[in-house]
Amino acid sequence: MSSDYPKFLLAGEDGLIVEFGDRIDPEVNSLVLRLAEILSESEMAEIVELVPTYRSLFISYNPMITTFSDLVKRVEKVLPLLKSRKEVMHKLVRIPVVYGGEYGPDLVDVAKMHGLTEREVIEIHTGKDYLVYMLGFTPGFPYMGVVPEEISTPRLKNPRLKVPKGSVGIAETQTGIYSMESPGGWRIIGRTPIEVFNPFRKPPFLLSPGDGVRFFPISFTQFEKWAPTADLPQDQKIEKKDGDSFS
Amino acid sequence: MGIPFLRIIYPGILTTIQDLGRYGYLKYGLPPSGCADEISFRAGNALVGNEAWCAGLEMTIQGGKFEVLSDSFMAITGADMEPKINGKLCPMWQSFMGRAGDVLEFSQVHSGCRSYLLVSGGIDVPLVMGSRATNLIAGIGGLEGRALKSGDILYRKDGGQRKEKVFPLQFLPEFKTSQELRVILGPQNEYFSESGLKNFLSDAYVVSPQSNRMGYRLLGPCIEIEKGGFISDAVPLGAIQVSGEGQPVVLLWDRQTTGGYPKIAVVIKADIWKLAQAKPGDEFKFQAVGWEEARSLYRKYVHFLLQVKDIVQ
Repeated sequence: MSSDYPKFLLAGEDGLIVEFGDRIDPEVNSLVLRLAEILSESEMAEIVELVPTYRSLFISYNPMITTFSDLVKRVEKVLPLLKSRKEVMHKLVRIPVVYGGEYGPDLVDVAKMHGLTEREVIEIHTGKDYLVYMLGFTPGFPYMGVVPEEISTPRLKNPRLKVPKGSVGIAETQTGIYSMESPGGWRIIGRTPIEVFNPFRKPPFLLSPGDGVRFFPISFTQFEKWAPTADLPQDQKIEKKDGDSFS
Repeated sequence: MGIPFLRIIYPGILTTIQDLGRYGYLKYGLPPSGCADEISFRAGNALVGNEAWCAGLEMTIQGGKFEVLSDSFMAITGADMEPKINGKLCPMWQSFMGRAGDVLEFSQVHSGCRSYLLVSGGIDVPLVMGSRATNLIAGIGGLEGRALKSGDILYRKDGGQRKEKVFPLQFLPEFKTSQELRVILGPQNEYFSESGLKNFLSDAYVVSPQSNRMGYRLLGPCIEIEKGGFISDAVPLGAIQVSGEGQPVVLLWDRQTTGGYPKIAVVIKADIWKLAQAKPGDEFKFQAVGWEEARSLYRKYVHFLLQVKDIVQ
């Protein structure tokens, strides 16, 4: 945390943004998530909603029972707790992906641009846990990182008008999952049969900020057989890690 | 199953089922949706003896044509679309009994942008994640997550108190084509040049036709961005994002919950209804207010919203 941070910014009469930096960085994001966790546990009556994003926490509060400056003071008071707080990774979700072919039309290009084989790209993409920094764009779309430099690839120059639901993409050092059919410019390397958003499932959202995601490859036949609304198979289900508490 | 209420003969330009919105999912990227003009919506529910959270219809710019399927106690509020029952002008801002077989027809707006039709008991559609509000982007809520179309049949719940009531004239919101929007500067006002900020606060901005429930695009003098490299963060209701070309977009009910453009200011809650009732070509001037003033306006506004049910007589 540099001396300029955290910054406390006004966001309307009922919003406070606590900013921890000006870059997309797991260390900065970790401060955001830890503060969200501490505030969420504190059950402060004036806090209505918390929205963690890459480098800042948006706090929606009730201005009938507190003031901007009082809330800033309360947040400042808990800041020293951030240091002693454990790294936040709420749950680890394993997500099946069929890579390449019609489901991952940009896999070939991503491989070519880095002088790798498609198989190597898949190995690198599935070779680590990603952190969900935040959700947005369309409901449930997770912005995740950090994608290893060896396969980090810029967005398409001309975004597609339609990217199918479940598409798994790369944009620079981030990876994401399209929660519904929408326009999009991320490089699509595969598709998952798992829905990250389904309003009729409990819970409707598969992922929360601070969750971990690990992709694993499946075959085209496995993908076709995977019922889209089905839950994850038992052994793939959310594993809780120690210290889990947020959300 | 509810009671058959309305058959949609013609839906109008954009007619959706709304309530007060779907809250608690911002961190998952889902905006609340819900009625755009909460004053008119609450007034309508109060007039038909409903709780404020009951679902009703929101019509935009050009209303629809509907057949009433059973005797139903109704009220029309919001923008004036010259509603007619069986060809005769139907009063607004007061409750009335519609009879089975009646044809209710709305035309183009005269003033304002959004009109509301509320019915005693509320429209009967399933709750999705705690709300009946239609979110067209996510395709959830309302009737199958979409705008109404010809041939749709709507049902209503039984209930509500059927006592004829009127919303007193002196409380009627005034829908003007040129208005002031009060804003709190920030969170990213520091990203803008001095001349950009000056333009923003002194010139008039006109509502573009590319405006909808996600956001209102405004056209006017360039609001110059001085500092580049903004990283996406959360977008509250009423946030004014400025695009690369220096044009403001006010983000509203169906907005994306995160955004990659700096936000020069946020419209105060008490003025959001002015946007709800603005249509392309209408004009706004922005006026900056401090947090303290905004808070006192917020108190008054919330107090008024909660009073609506008591002021209908």
